[in-house]
Amino acid sequence: MSVDKQTVQKIASLSRIAITDAEADALVPELNNILGWVEQLGEVDCKDVEPMTAVIPNKLRLREDAVTDGDMRDKILKNAPAAEHGFFGVPKVIE
Amino acid sequence: MTESTYRIQGATGEWEVVIGLEVHAQVTSNAKLFSGASTEFGAEPNTQVSLVDAAMPGMLPVPNKECVRQAVRTGLAINAQINKYSRFDRKNYFYADLPQGYQISQLYHPIVGEGEVQISLDEKDPDAHGKAIGIERIHIEQDAGKLMHDQHPTMSYVDLNRCGVALMEIVSRPDMTSPKEAGAYVKKLRSILRYVGSCDGNMEQGSMRADVNVSVRKPGEELGIRTETKNVNSVRFVQQVIEYEAQRQVDVLESGGEIVQETRLFDPDKGETRSMRSKEDAHDYRYFPDPDLLPLELEDDFIFDCKASLPELPDEKRARYKNVLGLSAYNAAVLTAEHETALWFEKLLDTSNEPEKIASSAANWMTSELFGALNKMGLTITESPVTPEQAAELLGLVADGTISGKIAKQVFEIMLETGDGAAKIVEEKGLKQESDTGAIEKVIAEVMQANADKVEEYRGGKDKLFGFFVGQTMKAMQGKANPQVVNELLKKTLDN
Amino acid sequence: MSNISDLGIAGIRDGLTGGDFTAREVAETFIGRVSAAKPLNAFLVETPDHALAAADVADKAIAAGETLGKMVGVPIGMKDLFCTEGVETTAASGILEGFTPQYESTVSANLFKAGAGMLGKLNMDQFAMGSSNETSAFGNVISPWRRNDGGNTDLAPGGSSGGSAAVVSGRIAPAATGTDTGGSIRQPAAFVGITGFKPTYGRCSRWGTIAFASSLDQAGPMAQDVRDCAIMLEAMAGFDPKDSTSLELPVPDWEAALNSNLAGKKIGIPKEYRVDNMPAEIDALWEQGIAWLKDAGATIVDVSLPHTKYALPAYYIIAPAEASSNLARYDGVRYGSRDLPDGAGLQDMYAATREAGFGAEVKRRIMIGTYVLSAGYYDAYYTQAQKVRTLISQDFEKAWNSCDLLLTPTAPSAAFGLGEKADDPLAMYLNDVFTVPSSLAGLPAMSVPTGLDGQGLPLGLQIIGKALDEQNVFNAGLALEERAGFVAKPEQWW
Ligand SMILES: [Mg+2]
Ligand SMILES: [Zn+2]
Repeated sequence: MSVDKQTVQKIASLSRIAITDAEADALVPELNNILGWVEQLGEVDCKDVEPMTAVIPNKLRLREDAVTDGDMRDKILKNAPAAEHGFFGVPKVIE
Repeated sequence: MTESTYRIQGATGEWEVVIGLEVHAQVTSNAKLFSGASTEFGAEPNTQVSLVDAAMPGMLPVPNKECVRQAVRTGLAINAQINKYSRFDRKNYFYADLPQGYQISQLYHPIVGEGEVQISLDEKDPDAHGKAIGIERIHIEQDAGKLMHDQHPTMSYVDLNRCGVALMEIVSRPDMTSPKEAGAYVKKLRSILRYVGSCDGNMEQGSMRADVNVSVRKPGEELGIRTETKNVNSVRFVQQVIEYEAQRQVDVLESGGEIVQETRLFDPDKGETRSMRSKEDAHDYRYFPDPDLLPLELEDDFIFDCKASLPELPDEKRARYKNVLGLSAYNAAVLTAEHETALWFEKLLDTSNEPEKIASSAANWMTSELFGALNKMGLTITESPVTPEQAAELLGLVADGTISGKIAKQVFEIMLETGDGAAKIVEEKGLKQESDTGAIEKVIAEVMQANADKVEEYRGGKDKLFGFFVGQTMKAMQGKANPQVVNELLKKTLDN
Repeated sequence: MSNISDLGIAGIRDGLTGGDFTAREVAETFIGRVSAAKPLNAFLVETPDHALAAADVADKAIAAGETLGKMVGVPIGMKDLFCTEGVETTAASGILEGFTPQYESTVSANLFKAGAGMLGKLNMDQFAMGSSNETSAFGNVISPWRRNDGGNTDLAPGGSSGGSAAVVSGRIAPAATGTDTGGSIRQPAAFVGITGFKPTYGRCSRWGTIAFASSLDQAGPMAQDVRDCAIMLEAMAGFDPKDSTSLELPVPDWEAALNSNLAGKKIGIPKEYRVDNMPAEIDALWEQGIAWLKDAGATIVDVSLPHTKYALPAYYIIAPAEASSNLARYDGVRYGSRDLPDGAGLQDMYAATREAGFGAEVKRRIMIGTYVLSAGYYDAYYTQAQKVRTLISQDFEKAWNSCDLLLTPTAPSAAFGLGEKADDPLAMYLNDVFTVPSSLAGLPAMSVPTGLDGQGLPLGLQIIGKALDEQNVFNAGLALEERAGFVAKPEQWW
């Protein structure tokens, strides 16, 4: 499997990274180089092998249902590029 | 359900509709699914947001046990398979209401597998017209935040209070074939969730909302391409969406067009659906197991405790009301549709040592008198000004002949107004029923005297006048005479 | 008494408790070293006040005869991946420029609770993606080391914990925090001749540490020697209920149990680590390491880890996949930089912000990660890589049937010059060939400096242990350290 320019543009768009035409051109061989290399994994016979889920045996803990957090709007908004009236601001969205 | 087969009449013939619903139900919990922030509705913007909810760098999710428990209880309530091994996956997409850039959900291994919900189109006798709607799965996921578009000329505002609240997504099989069935399904599901206590079912506040999947086909043909109309938040709207979408799809197909598999939005003002501004990559969510969370493994004990904590569910209750308490199918259905109603009814029965004896009259009284009154006042059963204990007192007075059914209505009205007990009202207003034959005979004698001509006519064979004498006697006694005694005495006197 | 600036953690502790100097003197010494070290570009933010405040607390505690924390009076460098309350934290990325966390990461909080002060936030590869510290948005860190050829080529300190490596080897800080996803503690430690330790996955909380690849990221100490690493890791590690992958286990007293007598221990030598083109000096050092461990009483056995060659490609699927998702939150909405071109909508703002804010390597990895997770490719790439990861993990499990620890080189070469590999991502990725397999298996591993190559540059050997068996890793490391007698340090040219 190798990627073409259109695929690179699609990946960039999915990743929300704006790229120019020239950047897309440059990325095609770069990504293909890496993808071609990782594809050697296809050689490995993985029949009956489970994909890794927990690298060190460990159990998912569940916490109690108590309100222990929140009520810190100032901290939440402190670093926001745009915040007004207690909200984050983003360019107007049309749904 | 044969009598209700729903068909769209098109120019090229009949079309049938295939409907599946994905219901998002907010799990009843104090804190969010992966953070300790509150879930309470209606707080100031961004005050119920933790660092985790705002997806600050380095923040990590820790799951809330109660949300897991409620999902398992819900699964058990619809006889579904509980998966002792489930996982959380990330669904990746970019939107301003989704701070992490992904929603934590369960795609590959949901916590609840196959189950079913029994619905009926006949409220009077649900058993006669039942249908099972298959449930494919229930999974747990995070809710998103909220965007406000009308507060600023060039900006949308983001409030993350809802962000991270636990949802159960309940996915049905495409087993419904009419708007009515879909409506019945949503109502039944809502009822079950409220019985279980896993969701408050409040559709106006958005704690329950449906994604409506609709396709059409000629009877017997393959499934058509479906559209998904998102976040529909009332039973009526669900039905409107189906009617509109089915007709629209038939029109498109019959004019030679094709249905696009897409996400649509419902406009309640116009009663129409419209395509959402589609993004070409909208459905490449790049799901993968969330590496911040280990697999969720449930112990048998945990599932057992979930099961033990379930209340009697609506269908079991309805059967018991019918078979053990002897209620009519209709009363049993009406009294079990909402958990609160059933609880109210059972509280009333609890006042008696022999609940079976009063069950039918209590059920009749509730479905007529009480519901009528509450309806007029715009109150729900939990807001009823009359308590089950007070109602029991009232019905007891009727049962032991202290007051007549007619007087009982009058007493009930006074109870609603004043909050006083039935016995007190009867006592104070002197509404006690007169059963003393002497007093009644005296009045009968007066009535016969005042209407000597009618007595003649009656005795001459005009039987129909009997009712007239009953009425006159009752009227003279201000309705307080025991009607049975009045009947007996009148018969005796007149027929002599 | 030796120079304060030459002391490590244990040396400072002993000097403080012995009354040789005060914590304030220690802090001032290192603060002076920090401000003199600007040419190395190792610090992104300097926080002398933090170090001094901690020193004053330490001096008071010592004077009052209180029980002292493990890190009392030790001023450390903090990798900029750890969120520090009120101190700008950027992960060396433009996209987080100006971000001031309103919270303290668990690891930094643990260290401060143990009495450490902070000299500043250390430069690194952007979002910990890199092996040479050349991907920082704020310039390269320059290694304190120079080749012995009389030239002045700037060398890479390794990465991603390049700033940490530079300051510890340059005696600018007695110790520093690092994080290791595929080798980011061990490889830079080897490049600059210090000791770096990556604990078992789950020993150190990840809460408040900016995520690169969640299933791999682990914090660990970078210090002058094995003992210092043991002390510092004891302070950093511990169960944290805020991290679902944190291990609910007590922290052992590793320092107290240090013991370089390896009698009865079996050391495995994995044959697959004898890669093509390995410099003869590294091969020779490895042989020397084997001899040293034998001398310490260990038995040497040959073992096989058959899937080793697939570790790196599996890693370069799994880590970018996780990163592509972990880095989705950098969108210009709640913190960090925002790029809003005229008339841009929300999605355009995302694309512009991320284009401007992320460096080239970060973008490359996000795109690779996005691709391997996308519809139609997920199973072929991601699922296959996670299956291979299972096999790699099983390789280690099998090896433990015949040995207790593994000995390997840490990196396939000594430090290279800045810019020498920057144009070839694949060549750069190969730096982690020896460190990645144990990362994929979540195992504890450390790099110990054991010699210099012909250019006068440090080389390290790696010890890999069983899960949770940090103690034996430390012990074998100590055995190497004692026998190697590595005392070289860079000459101060800056
Ligand atoms: Mg949906
Ligand atoms: Zn959903």
